[in-house]
Amino acid sequence: MGISSKLGNLGVVTTTLDQAINWGRTGAMWPLLFGLACCAIEYMATQASSYDLSRFGMELNRATPRQSDLLIVSGRLTRKMAPVVRQLYDQMADPKWVIAMGDCASCGGVYNNYAVVQGCDEIIPVDVYVAGCPPRPEQLLHGIMTLHEKIKGESIRDWAVRETLKI
Amino acid sequence: MALQTAGNSEQMSEWQGSLDELKGLVSERAITGETMLLNMGPHHPSTHGVLRLLLELDGEEVVSCLPDVGYLHTGIEKTIESKSYEKGVTLTDRIDYLSPMSNNMAYCMAVEKLVGLEVPKRAQIMRVICMELTRINSHLVWLGTHAIDMGAMSVLLYAFRERERVLQMFEMLSGQRLMGSYIRPGGVWRDFPEAFLPALESFLEYFPPRIDEYERLLTNNPLWIDRTQGVGVIEPEKALAWGMTGPSLRGSGVAWDLRKSMPYSSYDEFDFNVPVGEHGDVYDRFYIRILELRESVKILKQAIQKLPAKGPFRSEDRKFVPPPRSELGQSMEAVIHHFKLWTEGFSAPDQEVYSAIESPRGEVGVYIHGTGGNKPRRVHFKTPSFMHISAMPLMSQGHLIADLVAIIGSVDIVLGDCDR
Repeated sequence: MGISSKLGNLGVVTTTLDQAINWGRTGAMWPLLFGLACCAIEYMATQASSYDLSRFGMELNRATPRQSDLLIVSGRLTRKMAPVVRQLYDQMADPKWVIAMGDCASCGGVYNNYAVVQGCDEIIPVDVYVAGCPPRPEQLLHGIMTLHEKIKGESIRDWAVRETLKI
Repeated sequence: MALQTAGNSEQMSEWQGSLDELKGLVSERAITGETMLLNMGPHHPSTHGVLRLLLELDGEEVVSCLPDVGYLHTGIEKTIESKSYEKGVTLTDRIDYLSPMSNNMAYCMAVEKLVGLEVPKRAQIMRVICMELTRINSHLVWLGTHAIDMGAMSVLLYAFRERERVLQMFEMLSGQRLMGSYIRPGGVWRDFPEAFLPALESFLEYFPPRIDEYERLLTNNPLWIDRTQGVGVIEPEKALAWGMTGPSLRGSGVAWDLRKSMPYSSYDEFDFNVPVGEHGDVYDRFYIRILELRESVKILKQAIQKLPAKGPFRSEDRKFVPPPRSELGQSMEAVIHHFKLWTEGFSAPDQEVYSAIESPRGEVGVYIHGTGGNKPRRVHFKTPSFMHISAMPLMSQGHLIADLVAIIGSVDIVLGDCDR
């Protein structure tokens, strides 16, 4: 009858709710259109022709944090900029993830001085750290794939617990 | 747990100041509430980094514009004071991250002037090749982002396609795509690898038709012309008074290019033109950079011809330049020099020097004050982006917000360059 007679016996795919949701979350993650310094240039290169981030469903950068899932902190985070980044993170809706791109965002990099926050994990929780000064586009892609792996292991329950306990 | 300790973001985002702080900076109408004050940035898609502008708007028209810089202040000048002269080169890469080689060059020239170090002829031409490739590299990023700000989304993809080839060449030279630190005091880090010159030649064949392609997309595009011509005009006298340099100054019709007017690194032996604009608007600044891409290709072609086949790529004054690895097993003196230079570095006299070069953005000047020891007392960078941001309120008065985005793009600012 109807569509099944045309398509034949397709069978049934069974999955868990977690797997289905995580598949959706990894397949079209929207990064925040946000750059700080040198790493942002490599991030642009990752977006552009040769490395083509849209292979991961990530070609759509949202300029507003309300519509983004992923914050890529690309570059050195200074003390003056830190409250701004924190506010951007707070404005993002759950579920949200953070990649610290490059040495400066991960640990302060070459700047061990008065002006630079020694790693953006001092102000926001970070999921994946990408090393390099600046990291090559391949390294960033690897970081994004590592994040995908992490998300595949997550459960929607984790986010619910986090929401209830406000942590 | 980190989430709790950082405090309530609602409180953080509330503005604590009073309007009185703005008296004298914005017009009286803003204080009474007749015009609107709008905060643009530091997170804004088209400010090329973390620039913040406080705009006073009458409807959509910009009445006044107050730039707020420092969101990328990294204390580079202070950090260099604690490094030996050669180690400082790595930090200069990160000032203006779109043209790292130009910063290397400005810094190394100042160090060479301070200690009186001669640079061999071959190294000078090699440096010219690096700097012109950097200019192409930087102008391509500018072209892509400037166009994307104005709604021409595809130009970025074309520009980055070519840029990728330049970065591959940088990688051949230094092992790094962006921050190569290839230019060092006394010359360059190592000789060109074998594959470099063929790659450069094939790039020079490939690139000019690509410039035609960008021009087909933009130069005669009626939308592009409507958005750029007559926008953000700055008169030559005012541009000079505000300290503008580089393509942004030449757009106003002032033929000032340090490569011509104060030649360095053998630039006087090259035959090239300095494109000069007429109207000083966004379009002229755009077109000058397109022409500069062509001039850079011209210079690179000449440089390949002029490059001596043999000769040192770095000064052989062993008091300042470490000996090659091959000498270390043979000469005790080489081992001593190597050890001294990599532990203590070289000393520079207690004097002040200033030297400047023409970077893709304008005049990058470096002031160094030595101490007589192995570290500088003070290093200051005179960077073009800071001047250009200062001049932006002047250019944007009376324009719409959408034009302001075009103006920001046209002066080609890099906030790392501005804030250091």
